[in-house]
Amino acid sequence: MSMLNVFKIAGSALNAQSVRMNTTASNMANVDSVVGPDGESYKAKQVVFAAKPIGGTADSIGVQVKEVVDSAAPMRMVYEPANPAANADGYVEMPNVNVVEEMTNMISASRSYQANAEVMNTARTLIQRTLSIGQ
Amino acid sequence: MTNRLDQEMQFHQTALNLRAYRQQLLSSNIANADTPNYKAKDIDFTKALTGALNMRMGPIALATTNAGHQQGKVASPFDSLAQYRNVTQASVDGNTVDMDVERAAFAENALHYEASITFINGLLRSMQSAMQNQ
Repeated sequence: MSMLNVFKIAGSALNAQSVRMNTTASNMANVDSVVGPDGESYKAKQVVFAAKPIGGTADSIGVQVKEVVDSAAPMRMVYEPANPAANADGYVEMPNVNVVEEMTNMISASRSYQANAEVMNTARTLIQRTLSIGQ
Repeated sequence: MTNRLDQEMQFHQTALNLRAYRQQLLSSNIANADTPNYKAKDIDFTKALTGALNMRMGPIALATTNAGHQQGKVASPFDSLAQYRNVTQASVDGNTVDMDVERAAFAENALHYEASITFINGLLRSMQSAMQNQ
Protein backbone atom coordinates (compact mmCIF):
# COMPACT_ATOMS: atom_id res chain seq x y z
CA MET A 1 0.00 0.00 0.00
CA SER A 2 2.13 2.87 -1.21
CA MET A 3 -0.47 5.48 -0.33
CA LEU A 4 -0.15 4.61 3.36
CA ASN A 5 3.63 4.94 3.07
CA VAL A 6 3.09 8.56 2.04
CA PHE A 7 1.75 9.16 5.55
CA LYS A 8 4.86 7.71 7.14
CA ILE A 9 7.18 9.66 4.82
CA ALA A 10 5.45 13.00 5.38
CA GLY A 11 5.22 12.22 9.12
CA SER A 12 8.94 11.64 9.40
CA ALA A 13 9.54 14.95 7.61
CA LEU A 14 7.17 16.80 9.96
CA ASN A 15 9.06 15.33 12.91
CA ALA A 16 12.49 16.26 11.52
CA GLN A 17 11.42 19.81 10.63
CA SER A 18 9.97 20.39 14.09
CA VAL A 19 13.27 19.27 15.66
CA ARG A 20 14.99 21.81 13.41
CA MET A 21 12.51 24.47 14.50
CA ASN A 22 13.17 23.62 18.19
CA THR A 23 16.91 23.95 17.65
CA THR A 24 16.43 27.34 16.02
CA ALA A 25 14.25 28.44 18.93
CA SER A 26 16.97 27.38 21.41
CA ASN A 27 19.61 29.28 19.46
CA MET A 28 17.51 32.43 19.22
CA ALA A 29 16.56 32.28 22.91
CA ASN A 30 20.20 31.93 23.95
CA VAL A 31 21.64 34.60 21.69
CA ASP A 32 22.83 36.56 24.76
CA SER A 33 23.46 33.70 27.24
CA VAL A 34 26.95 34.24 28.64
CA VAL A 35 26.95 31.13 30.82
CA GLY A 36 25.34 27.83 29.82
CA PRO A 37 24.51 24.84 32.06
CA ASP A 38 28.07 23.50 31.75
CA GLY A 39 29.66 26.78 32.90
CA GLU A 40 30.76 27.72 29.37
CA SER A 41 28.96 30.11 27.08
CA TYR A 42 26.22 28.65 24.84
CA LYS A 43 27.23 27.27 21.43
CA ALA A 44 24.80 27.42 18.50
CA LYS A 45 23.32 24.00 17.60
CA GLN A 46 22.65 22.80 14.06
CA VAL A 47 20.69 19.69 13.01
CA VAL A 48 21.96 17.27 10.35
CA PHE A 49 19.29 15.55 8.23
CA ALA A 50 19.72 12.12 6.66
CA ALA A 51 17.47 10.10 4.34
CA LYS A 52 15.91 7.04 6.00
CA PRO A 53 14.18 4.12 4.22
CA ILE A 54 10.71 3.40 5.61
CA GLY A 55 8.92 0.05 5.65
CA GLY A 56 11.82 -1.98 4.28
CA THR A 57 11.54 -0.78 0.67
CA ALA A 58 14.19 1.19 -1.19
CA ASP A 59 11.70 3.64 -2.71
CA SER A 60 9.84 5.00 0.32
CA ILE A 61 12.40 7.31 1.79
CA GLY A 62 11.63 9.43 4.81
CA VAL A 63 13.91 11.80 6.64
CA GLN A 64 15.44 11.70 10.11
CA VAL A 65 17.61 13.91 12.27
CA LYS A 66 20.97 12.17 12.19
CA GLU A 67 22.65 14.33 14.81
CA VAL A 68 22.66 17.74 16.45
CA VAL A 69 26.09 19.33 16.19
CA ASP A 70 27.61 22.41 17.84
CA SER A 71 28.36 25.20 15.40
CA ALA A 72 32.10 25.57 14.62
CA ALA A 73 31.83 29.33 14.11
CA PRO A 74 34.11 31.46 16.32
CA MET A 75 32.58 32.83 19.52
CA ARG A 76 31.51 36.47 19.54
CA MET A 77 33.94 38.49 21.75
CA VAL A 78 32.40 41.61 23.28
CA TYR A 79 34.44 44.24 25.15
CA GLU A 80 32.72 44.68 28.52
CA PRO A 81 35.28 45.11 31.34
CA ALA A 82 32.59 45.62 33.98
CA ASN A 83 31.01 42.23 33.31
CA PRO A 84 31.96 39.62 35.96
CA ALA A 85 32.37 37.02 33.15
CA ALA A 86 35.00 39.13 31.34
CA ASN A 87 38.47 37.69 30.81
CA ALA A 88 41.77 39.37 31.75
CA ASP A 89 41.61 41.66 28.71
CA GLY A 90 38.03 42.74 29.49
CA TYR A 91 36.36 40.66 26.75
CA VAL A 92 33.24 38.55 27.33
CA GLU A 93 32.76 35.38 25.25
CA MET A 94 29.24 35.53 23.77
CA PRO A 95 27.43 32.68 21.93
CA ASN A 96 28.27 32.16 18.24
CA VAL A 97 24.59 32.42 17.23
CA ASN A 98 24.05 34.16 13.89
CA VAL A 99 20.57 35.68 14.14
CA VAL A 100 20.16 36.19 10.38
CA GLU A 101 21.09 32.57 9.71
CA GLU A 102 18.63 31.39 12.37
CA MET A 103 15.80 33.47 10.92
CA THR A 104 16.29 32.02 7.43
CA ASN A 105 16.57 28.55 8.94
CA MET A 106 13.29 29.08 10.76
CA ILE A 107 11.46 30.25 7.63
CA SER A 108 12.84 27.33 5.61
CA ALA A 109 11.80 24.84 8.31
CA SER A 110 8.27 26.26 8.57
CA ARG A 111 7.80 26.23 4.76
CA SER A 112 8.97 22.61 4.56
CA TYR A 113 6.65 21.72 7.43
CA GLN A 114 3.71 23.30 5.60
CA ALA A 115 4.55 21.48 2.38
CA ASN A 116 4.65 18.12 4.14
CA ALA A 117 1.43 18.82 6.02
CA GLU A 118 -0.17 19.48 2.63
CA VAL A 119 1.23 16.21 1.30
CA MET A 120 -0.43 14.42 4.21
CA ASN A 121 -3.77 16.10 3.55
CA THR A 122 -3.67 15.13 -0.11
CA ALA A 123 -2.80 11.53 0.74
CA ARG A 124 -5.74 11.41 3.16
CA THR A 125 -8.15 12.68 0.49
CA LEU A 126 -6.85 10.14 -2.03
CA ILE A 127 -7.21 7.24 0.40
CA GLN A 128 -10.76 8.32 1.21
CA ARG A 129 -11.62 8.43 -2.50
CA THR A 130 -10.09 4.98 -2.96
CA LEU A 131 -12.19 3.58 -0.14
CA SER A 132 -15.37 4.94 -1.70
CA ILE A 133 -14.88 3.21 -5.08
CA GLY A 134 -18.11 1.64 -6.26
CA GLN A 135 -20.39 3.44 -3.82
CA MET B 1 -8.26 -16.42 -13.89
CA THR B 2 -9.40 -13.31 -15.74
CA ASN B 3 -13.04 -12.88 -16.57
CA ARG B 4 -14.67 -10.06 -18.49
CA LEU B 5 -15.08 -7.87 -15.40
CA ASP B 6 -11.40 -8.17 -14.47
CA GLN B 7 -10.30 -7.30 -18.00
CA GLU B 8 -12.42 -4.17 -17.98
CA MET B 9 -10.83 -3.03 -14.74
CA GLN B 10 -7.26 -4.10 -15.36
CA PHE B 11 -6.07 -0.99 -17.17
CA HIS B 12 -7.40 1.40 -14.55
CA GLN B 13 -6.16 -0.80 -11.73
CA THR B 14 -2.63 -0.77 -13.13
CA ALA B 15 -2.75 2.97 -13.73
CA LEU B 16 -4.01 3.56 -10.17
CA ASN B 17 -1.22 1.41 -8.72
CA LEU B 18 1.40 3.32 -10.68
CA ARG B 19 -0.10 6.68 -9.68
CA ALA B 20 0.03 5.63 -6.00
CA TYR B 21 3.63 4.55 -6.43
CA ARG B 22 4.55 7.86 -8.08
CA GLN B 23 2.79 9.74 -5.28
CA GLN B 24 5.03 7.93 -2.83
CA LEU B 25 8.20 8.81 -4.76
CA LEU B 26 7.18 12.47 -4.98
CA SER B 27 6.36 12.64 -1.26
CA SER B 28 9.82 11.19 -0.54
CA ASN B 29 11.31 13.99 -2.63
CA ILE B 30 9.33 16.66 -0.80
CA ALA B 31 10.21 15.16 2.61
CA ASN B 32 13.91 15.20 1.74
CA ALA B 33 14.01 18.75 0.36
CA ASP B 34 16.55 19.71 3.05
CA THR B 35 18.60 16.50 3.22
CA PRO B 36 22.18 16.91 1.97
CA ASN B 37 23.13 14.71 -1.00
CA TYR B 38 19.57 13.41 -1.53
CA LYS B 39 18.80 12.79 -5.21
CA ALA B 40 15.22 13.31 -6.39
CA LYS B 41 13.55 10.35 -8.13
CA ASP B 42 10.57 10.03 -10.46
CA ILE B 43 9.12 7.62 -13.02
CA ASP B 44 8.41 8.08 -16.73
CA PHE B 45 4.69 7.41 -16.40
CA THR B 46 3.92 6.50 -20.02
CA LYS B 47 6.81 4.08 -20.25
CA ALA B 48 6.02 2.62 -16.82
CA LEU B 49 2.35 2.07 -17.68
CA THR B 50 3.17 0.41 -20.99
CA GLY B 51 5.69 -1.81 -19.24
CA ALA B 52 3.28 -2.67 -16.44
CA LEU B 53 0.44 -3.53 -18.86
CA ASN B 54 2.74 -5.82 -20.87
CA MET B 55 4.06 -7.37 -17.65
CA ARG B 56 7.52 -6.16 -18.57
CA MET B 57 8.58 -5.12 -15.10
CA GLY B 58 10.34 -6.49 -12.08
CA PRO B 59 13.57 -8.44 -12.13
CA ILE B 60 14.60 -10.83 -14.90
CA ALA B 61 13.93 -14.43 -13.85
CA LEU B 62 17.14 -16.21 -12.93
CA ALA B 63 17.76 -19.89 -13.66
CA THR B 64 18.00 -21.62 -10.30
CA THR B 65 19.37 -25.15 -10.37
CA ASN B 66 19.85 -25.47 -6.63
CA ALA B 67 17.57 -24.77 -3.68
CA GLY B 68 20.18 -22.39 -2.27
CA HIS B 69 20.25 -20.12 -5.36
CA GLN B 70 18.93 -16.57 -4.91
CA GLN B 71 15.96 -15.39 -6.96
CA GLY B 72 17.20 -11.83 -7.48
CA LYS B 73 14.00 -10.26 -6.14
CA VAL B 74 13.41 -6.55 -5.57
CA ALA B 75 11.24 -5.32 -2.72
CA SER B 76 8.53 -3.79 -4.91
CA PRO B 77 7.58 -4.62 -8.53
CA PHE B 78 7.99 -0.94 -9.47
CA ASP B 79 11.46 -0.59 -7.95
CA SER B 80 13.22 -0.86 -11.29
CA LEU B 81 11.14 1.97 -12.81
CA ALA B 82 12.30 4.85 -10.62
CA GLN B 83 14.95 7.07 -12.15
CA TYR B 84 16.94 10.01 -10.88
CA ARG B 85 15.67 13.40 -11.97
CA ASN B 86 17.83 15.71 -14.05
CA VAL B 87 19.19 18.63 -12.06
CA THR B 88 17.57 21.95 -12.94
CA GLN B 89 19.59 24.04 -10.53
CA ALA B 90 22.57 22.56 -8.73
CA SER B 91 22.84 23.21 -5.00
CA VAL B 92 26.00 23.21 -2.90
CA ASP B 93 24.89 20.36 -0.58
CA GLY B 94 24.32 17.92 -3.48
CA ASN B 95 20.51 17.90 -3.07
CA THR B 96 18.62 17.78 -6.37
CA VAL B 97 15.07 18.43 -5.10
CA ASP B 98 13.40 21.39 -6.80
CA MET B 99 10.43 22.15 -4.54
CA ASP B 100 8.36 23.85 -7.28
CA VAL B 101 8.74 20.93 -9.67
CA GLU B 102 7.94 18.40 -6.96
CA ARG B 103 4.86 20.19 -5.66
CA ALA B 104 3.49 20.73 -9.15
CA ALA B 105 4.08 17.06 -10.01
CA PHE B 106 2.49 16.00 -6.71
CA ALA B 107 -0.67 18.06 -7.30
CA GLU B 108 -0.90 16.87 -10.91
CA ASN B 109 -0.43 13.24 -9.92
CA ALA B 110 -3.11 13.54 -7.23
CA LEU B 111 -5.57 14.85 -9.84
CA HIS B 112 -4.75 11.99 -12.19
CA TYR B 113 -5.29 9.53 -9.35
CA GLU B 114 -8.74 10.99 -8.65
CA ALA B 115 -9.51 10.91 -12.37
CA SER B 116 -8.66 7.19 -12.48
CA ILE B 117 -11.01 6.59 -9.56
CA THR B 118 -13.76 8.50 -11.35
CA PHE B 119 -13.23 6.30 -14.41
CA ILE B 120 -13.48 3.14 -12.30
CA ASN B 121 -16.65 4.42 -10.66
CA GLY B 122 -18.15 5.19 -14.05
CA LEU B 123 -17.23 1.74 -15.33
CA LEU B 124 -18.86 0.08 -12.33
CA ARG B 125 -21.99 2.17 -12.74
CA SER B 126 -22.39 1.31 -16.41
CA MET B 127 -21.85 -2.38 -15.67
CA GLN B 128 -24.49 -2.20 -12.95
CA SER B 129 -27.01 -0.59 -15.24
CA ALA B 130 -26.24 -3.21 -17.92
CA MET B 131 -27.05 -5.93 -15.40
CA GLN B 132 -30.42 -4.50 -14.35
CA ASN B 133 -33.44 -6.33 -15.72
CA GLN B 134 -35.50 -3.52 -17.09
